[in-house]
Amino acid sequence: MDIEYISIIAAALTVSAGALGPALSEGYAVARAMDAIARQPEAAGPLARTLFVGLAMIETTAIYCLVVALLLLYANPFIT
Amino acid sequence: MESPFISHIMFTLGPVPISFAVVITWGIMLALVSVAWLSCRHFRTFPAGWQAAIELLIITIDGQIAEVIQHNSKRFLPLIGTLFIFIALANLMDLVPGLSAPTAVFETPAALAMIAYFSVHYAGVSSQGLWGYLKSYMKPSIIMLPFTLLSQITRTFSMMVRLFGNMMSGQFLIGILLVFVGLFVPIPLMALHVLISLLQAYIFAILATVFIAAAMADQS
Repeated sequence: MDIEYISIIAAALTVSAGALGPALSEGYAVARAMDAIARQPEAAGPLARTLFVGLAMIETTAIYCLVVALLLLYANPFIT
Repeated sequence: MESPFISHIMFTLGPVPISFAVVITWGIMLALVSVAWLSCRHFRTFPAGWQAAIELLIITIDGQIAEVIQHNSKRFLPLIGTLFIFIALANLMDLVPGLSAPTAVFETPAALAMIAYFSVHYAGVSSQGLWGYLKSYMKPSIIMLPFTLLSQITRTFSMMVRLFGNMMSGQFLIGILLVFVGLFVPIPLMALHVLISLLQAYIFAILATVFIAAAMADQS
């Protein structure tokens, strides 16, 4: 198999793995934040800010996977 | 489809190549400065119309910063406010026909993340002194030193990659949909992209604020 085909398959696998993990963990984080807001509606402001910052941190792994996939597709160092 | 890692060179200014994204950021800067200058000329004590809108925006940003940085938060209002407004406008440049978001190429988020990186160190040194700030890197024990040093680099890098990745992937997705299914189908996704653009501007600004607050933390 050529290195091009392997790169395409690897890019697809990277993106799918990078979508799966952060999706699960972001859903968990949002569910817990909803719990907390339902229990204490007056703390919704700080909770929402912390939630957004946390979601941005979780999302970083997905973005890293996306960048790795794009590097494989467009700037692959093994394809001359 | 062309690679998102290539930036289009428009012209060269002596030895320096100027890309399309840089020209757009110049336009945004010019628009921001001229709007600010024009609207600050006739400020009244009882605001109405445009002045009230501007004051509402600034007061909201100031309130958000003051929730994170407890004392002396007015010092960082110009930096954080400018970062937020600039990134929000730059992200929304996708909506103007013929232009593209300058944050969707690597160079603009890199420059913005470098600004955030240096202002974190500036805030730390100016509030704790040089030695106190350097000591905060080995705070629980000296074993943590490599990790705190590494986290400085990785979080700056992730700020850059987050902004770049979100903006570029939105453009990419809309482009792919346009190629595959036609003219009107991408419109809901463009609406989602507007939401993501504003959210990313907010996240970039609030992360810069949180990091600055963390660098100043030992003072209180």
